[in-house]
Amino acid sequence: MAALATLLCGIIFGVGLIVSGMTQPAKVLGFLDLFGTWDPSLAVVMAAALSVAAPGYILVGRRSRSVLDGDLQWPPKRAVNRRMLVGAALFGIGWGLVGLCPGPALSNLATLSPKVILFVAAMVCGVLVHDRWLTRTGAVDDA
Amino acid sequence: MASFTPVSAAIGGVLIGGSAVLLMLLTGRIAGVSGILAGAIRPGGGAGAWRLAFVVGLILAWPLVALTGREVAVPQLPGSWIVIVVGGLLVGFGARLAGGCTSGHAVCGIARVSARSLAATAVFMTVAIAVVAVTHHLLGA
Repeated sequence: MAALATLLCGIIFGVGLIVSGMTQPAKVLGFLDLFGTWDPSLAVVMAAALSVAAPGYILVGRRSRSVLDGDLQWPPKRAVNRRMLVGAALFGIGWGLVGLCPGPALSNLATLSPKVILFVAAMVCGVLVHDRWLTRTGAVDDA
Repeated sequence: MASFTPVSAAIGGVLIGGSAVLLMLLTGRIAGVSGILAGAIRPGGGAGAWRLAFVVGLILAWPLVALTGREVAVPQLPGSWIVIVVGGLLVGFGARLAGGCTSGHAVCGIARVSARSLAATAVFMTVAIAVVAVTHHLLGA
């Protein structure tokens, strides 16, 4: 049942990415191209998403259990630290180079584009390098 | 160059935010794709089945959209194969190190008014903008 619910959420999320244009690197890079021909669309996507998620989370937060009777796993609010900032910077470089982040990249797999498949393969490698390497040194951060 | 599409951006954004709320309401989880992906590929994951379901859902989106008659837009990725590999590695590794990506931090984290997510978003936005400024204008790419 949880798998079905999650599948549905993934579909809605993916459709949102497609409809908003976020699966197209050109739309994302158009926003990031602040000093060029600027396309504010991504900002509208964020604002719209937050306008639903912020009040939505407040309402859901009043519950003690999820609908499927599980715990509500709100991530613990950790402090800003150097590792997180370095990670954000590295992510920003990759995102600025290609204009894809994990969600759109995964949705785009359905297009069977070789470049997308390559990007996702590299992304998975990046995830594994972090999770295996830092696991060995005993410091996996899972937010 | 892509043009401003506020209406579809808003509709898509509502779906994204809505799916995040729905995921928390139904299953009690945060819709952070990098974390979900990491969990989905982690071995020995009986508890990871839901994560795989989310990823499958993401991949099913295009086929479902295509069923409505809308043409599938094959994404145009910039750069050489090397750039794509380097970009992918950095996105995957960086997101894990940061504890989230655009969905986990910029949407879910900011929705919870998390200072950490605000900081993460500010950093990756600024860096990405700088990278695009360099590649598009300084290097003439």
